[in-house]
Amino acid sequence: MTDSPKTQTPTDGQTVGMAQGINKEKRDAAAALANEEVLISTKPEEMKVETPAKKAVKSTIKHLLLIIASLVMIYPLLWMVVSSLRPNELIFREAGILLTTFHFDNYISGWNALSHPFHHFLLNSFIVVFGSILANLVSCSMAAYAFARLDFRFKIPAFALMLMSIMLPVHVVIIPQYILFSNFGWVNTFLPLIVPKILATDAFFIFLMVQFIRGIPKDLDEAARVDGAGHIRIFVQIILPLMTPALATTTIFTFMWTWNDFFSQLIYLTSPDNYTVPLALAAFIDSTGESNWGGMFAMSIISILPLFIIFLVGQRFLIKGMVTTGIK
Amino acid sequence: MSAVAELGKLRKQAKSQKGKRRYKDNLAGHLFLLPWTVGFFAITLIPMTATLYLAFTNYNLLQSPEWIGMDNLSRMVSDSRLHNSLEVTFTYVFVGVPLQLVVSLAVAMLLDRGMRGLAFYRSVFYLPSMLGSSVAIAVLWRQIFGHSGLINQLLAMVGIEGRGWVSSPDTALSTLIILHVWTFGAPMVIFLAGLRQIPDMYYEAASIDGAGKIKQFATITIPLLTPIIFFNLIMQLIGAFQNFTQAYIVSGGSGGPADSTLFYTLYLYQQGFGRFDMGYAAAMAWLLVIIIAALTAINFFLAKYWVHYDD
Repeated sequence: MTDSPKTQTPTDGQTVGMAQGINKEKRDAAAALANEEVLISTKPEEMKVETPAKKAVKSTIKHLLLIIASLVMIYPLLWMVVSSLRPNELIFREAGILLTTFHFDNYISGWNALSHPFHHFLLNSFIVVFGSILANLVSCSMAAYAFARLDFRFKIPAFALMLMSIMLPVHVVIIPQYILFSNFGWVNTFLPLIVPKILATDAFFIFLMVQFIRGIPKDLDEAARVDGAGHIRIFVQIILPLMTPALATTTIFTFMWTWNDFFSQLIYLTSPDNYTVPLALAAFIDSTGESNWGGMFAMSIISILPLFIIFLVGQRFLIKGMVTTGIK
Repeated sequence: MSAVAELGKLRKQAKSQKGKRRYKDNLAGHLFLLPWTVGFFAITLIPMTATLYLAFTNYNLLQSPEWIGMDNLSRMVSDSRLHNSLEVTFTYVFVGVPLQLVVSLAVAMLLDRGMRGLAFYRSVFYLPSMLGSSVAIAVLWRQIFGHSGLINQLLAMVGIEGRGWVSSPDTALSTLIILHVWTFGAPMVIFLAGLRQIPDMYYEAASIDGAGKIKQFATITIPLLTPIIFFNLIMQLIGAFQNFTQAYIVSGGSGGPADSTLFYTLYLYQQGFGRFDMGYAAAMAWLLVIIIAALTAINFFLAKYWVHYDD
């Protein structure tokens, strides 16, 4: 069991070669060769032969399982969508997701439940999100170009510090940051949420982009260098256009994280005038309590709609981004 | 390569590059890196050091910090709410993270390469992890597990009388753990990619050798997947320790009922930004870093015994 796969590989390779001429003796010999532990419960022949019917049953069971799991996963979301279209008193009685009446009032009452109409908070959120995206794209791609392509002093320690900062909890810097920004008079503005990103503090994206740039053939920028192009031209005209998938991934993740971010917005944005969507929803709970669930659900749906659209449009980049930073 | 593996590589590189030499793009390199360098010092390193200093002071934002030595530390030792918040957080992390990883691996195993509906399933399972940290989902959770919420309506259909899951101290934390497990899509996607990298040849050879599915899972899938399990474990641990939004929303900012969802970060927030007891919050922040660093270090140490790297 504890055999590392490495030690098994050569024997396994051999087995495959032999097995191609489906010959029982050879197969048995190979099996003996490859496996000293005789823990095998079923005979090899029975393992291999699987009737189409049996296969079909197995695949049906699997799909059934997956469909049930999907339903369980998605049910709360569907139910929230449906409940947002039901009158308040029905929300606590109706567990089903079949809509009998179409009740749009929740969206109207929710939209106007707070001191500002809901589009005010949506607009605030969009300002913070777009500022963050722009800041991340510029600052992180510059840093990534330096780390991936340039040769300069302190590069290795800087890179190591950058990687470590990815894992640093925000709590250990938030208090002095707060003091700093409040001395600048920035509390209750969007600046504390955007300025750190201009300074490339979202190191995760630097790492993502470094990984991507490393995959771009070096010949391209070396050729440009021979032709007399400087770093700025190489960066802007060669590297940036080629790294659009990484930029797309950064855009999507920044959108998602900033849109969902609650902690720092809660700390820095104090007046309802500057509330973003998450803060508005939190205020909604506080002000209307449990009395207007319909309106709260309606605004919750509105608040995750942009995420859902991003998900539909950018799923490809999302998954790619997770995989390239996660593993090889 | 993950960030984790990358750090190990750097150490080797640094060793091989000792001694003086000319750097080809010294000026350009530093200029391109300038925003990061400024940010690293101004937004990360100096604040981190300042937090360390504040941890030994009494500071409320209005008066200047007053040095009180080890007082915050001894206060932490005797603060029972703090101990409780640690217990809540550790329970959440040590139950929620393994559970989520097991579910994500199990589902990833079910999703065969090229199977019908793969893209659909993957999307459905991934969607919750994208929405999971939003306030909207926390709002939904509060209703679902409320006294007359969705869960109890469903239970009533089969004749079981539920209770207010969120409002009862015994079960409030469990609802948040369920929320964590519900967002298993992100590690699942990473597992899927890892599973795709295991050559089919290994499984073919093993099944010819007569190894059953379970044995194949234990001797091929798991060992070859250990680097990815390790990566997911580290990332999820670090993330789960910092969870804040859901506990805040579900408990209305209090960490209740009876402090049963008082996550460490929520308590830190209450101390620092509710009571403006910044010195104590700073001490708590450093304890959080130490705990996360220690756990990560322990994991790296243990990794030697169970994680297989090919290179």
